Amino acid sequence: MKLEGKVWKYGDNIDTDVIIPARYLVTTDPQTLAAHCMEDIDQAFASQVQPGDIIVGGRNFGCGSSREHAPISIKGAGVSCIIAESFARIFFRNAINIGLPILESPEAARDAQKGDTLTVDLVAGTITNQRTGKTYQASPYPPFVLGIINAGGLVPYTRRELGIDITG
Amino acid sequence: MAGRTFAEKALARAAGVPDARAGDILDVTPDLMLSHDNSAAISQIFRETGAAQVVYPERIAITLDHAVPAPTTRHAQNHAEIREWVRQQGIAHLFEVGRGICHQVIAEEGLILPGETVLGADSHTTHAGWLGAFGAGVGRTEMAALWATGQLWMRVPDAIRITLSGRLARGVTAKDVALHILAALGPTAALYRSVEFAGDGLAGLSLDERPVLPNMMAEAGAKNAYLPPDDAVFAYLEPRRTRDYTPLYPDPDAEYVADYRFDLDSLAPQVALPEQPDHVRPVTDVIGQPVQQAFIGTCTNGRLDDLRAAAQILRGQRVRCRLIVIPASAEVMLAAAREGILDTLISAGAAIGTPGCGPCMGNHMGIPAPGEVTISTGSRNFRGRMGTPDAPVYLASPYVVAASAIWGTITDPREVLA
Repeated sequence: MKLEGKVWKYGDNIDTDVIIPARYLVTTDPQTLAAHCMEDIDQAFASQVQPGDIIVGGRNFGCGSSREHAPISIKGAGVSCIIAESFARIFFRNAINIGLPILESPEAARDAQKGDTLTVDLVAGTITNQRTGKTYQASPYPPFVLGIINAGGLVPYTRRELGIDITG
Repeated sequence: MAGRTFAEKALARAAGVPDARAGDILDVTPDLMLSHDNSAAISQIFRETGAAQVVYPERIAITLDHAVPAPTTRHAQNHAEIREWVRQQGIAHLFEVGRGICHQVIAEEGLILPGETVLGADSHTTHAGWLGAFGAGVGRTEMAALWATGQLWMRVPDAIRITLSGRLARGVTAKDVALHILAALGPTAALYRSVEFAGDGLAGLSLDERPVLPNMMAEAGAKNAYLPPDDAVFAYLEPRRTRDYTPLYPDPDAEYVADYRFDLDSLAPQVALPEQPDHVRPVTDVIGQPVQQAFIGTCTNGRLDDLRAAAQILRGQRVRCRLIVIPASAEVMLAAAREGILDTLISAGAAIGTPGCGPCMGNHMGIPAPGEVTISTGSRNFRGRMGTPDAPVYLASPYVVAASAIWGTITDPREVLA
């Protein structure tokens, strides 16, 4: 699966309180949440993000509260993928579980600049920066995680485990 | 053979396997599955899995704590949906509005015991480590899968060891220790890792103080955190527990990826500056900073010793800024009432709220206005955390927060205690 999009670049320790503030947690609707995504640190994001765009973060992206609204709001905004130097662990799990691709690559994350176009091959785990022509290899997913991604997220994965989707 | 860390032993036990090493991926069946006001949303995801019944209704605990009593019709409907879900599924443990904050309540109810594992749809589930349990936060979708299957994959984490020695000075608490550790570790030193405490410094911390350490290690990225349970913990649990347990301790030759040591003797009160919990300075560096609101409460610092500390500072005083006090549980509130602590606090001008999370994550019961500064005993001060992006939050111990409320400026509590 190949993705291509423009970069929105953020720094280290982007926490889930700024990704989606708790004052908007009265809904789980992706579109409603997307309208407020990142607004406390980047007013332009929600109005200017284009489908397929890629968020690039520094270290510990998604730290703080375990709210699943955070990756839901990002996915709802049309973001195709998040690349960071590292992720907070609950955010990492949440993103995988709702089917939002997420890759760890310190070099790709450090080199990318706002507005760069990245091409991402999720199967190969490669990231190419079209401005520089440089290609990076992201950390591979653990086999268990790959199983969840291949199933399309944890809900379809669980359906299969329960034997509800025999052909799944 | 090298020894095993606590995390290796606890997850091997929860997975029903004889042994585990860091890096292993295990299917874990937790002793307790914890959620709160997010349980209605979890039940919707549960339905999408196609499952009809939760597998272990007796292992599920749901505590209404995040927005209690319901501040809006929408929150009330959410609570109503949760009550109906609990009834339909025969879920064993529902704690109603006013009972308290989930992490505090499961300890008081004896629902999580040493050596056991709790997975919670809340990032502060690391809290349970104060009892010598393995506690880790998970997402809502994961909690739905847990309800449906009783199992969840967990990677056995690497572990770091933090050894505490010495004894805290008067007016200095475990909160100051936690903030000091966060400053030294930064926000990622414990990422994906088990934080295992050790050392003779632990015995000097009261049972009410100990949970602060594993609770706040979430802010260093920890998967879980652990304090070795001692006789004081066993005595606390004895009248509360409904089953037997076997405490787990790391082997002396367990392998840690990092070792930290902190001496408690010389530690001064600490304050976390906006907008990160690890952005910490000694209180003496920020004395005089004006605050418009002071908040004492949360799962981090809403226990009886915390309210006692506040009362000690505020006895016979009158606050010069808003002071909101929200006990962590009904049990705490009742004890505080019986000891006359509530009397002291109310007489000093405090507003007392229903046990629960209060304004910690910006839901209600004390949202600051734009431009207002809050000093809080909570664990997080990220931008917008308390509901308003331009309202900075300082984090500190109940001593520091209460002393600051007297003057309306950040104050060293040792001056008031002297």
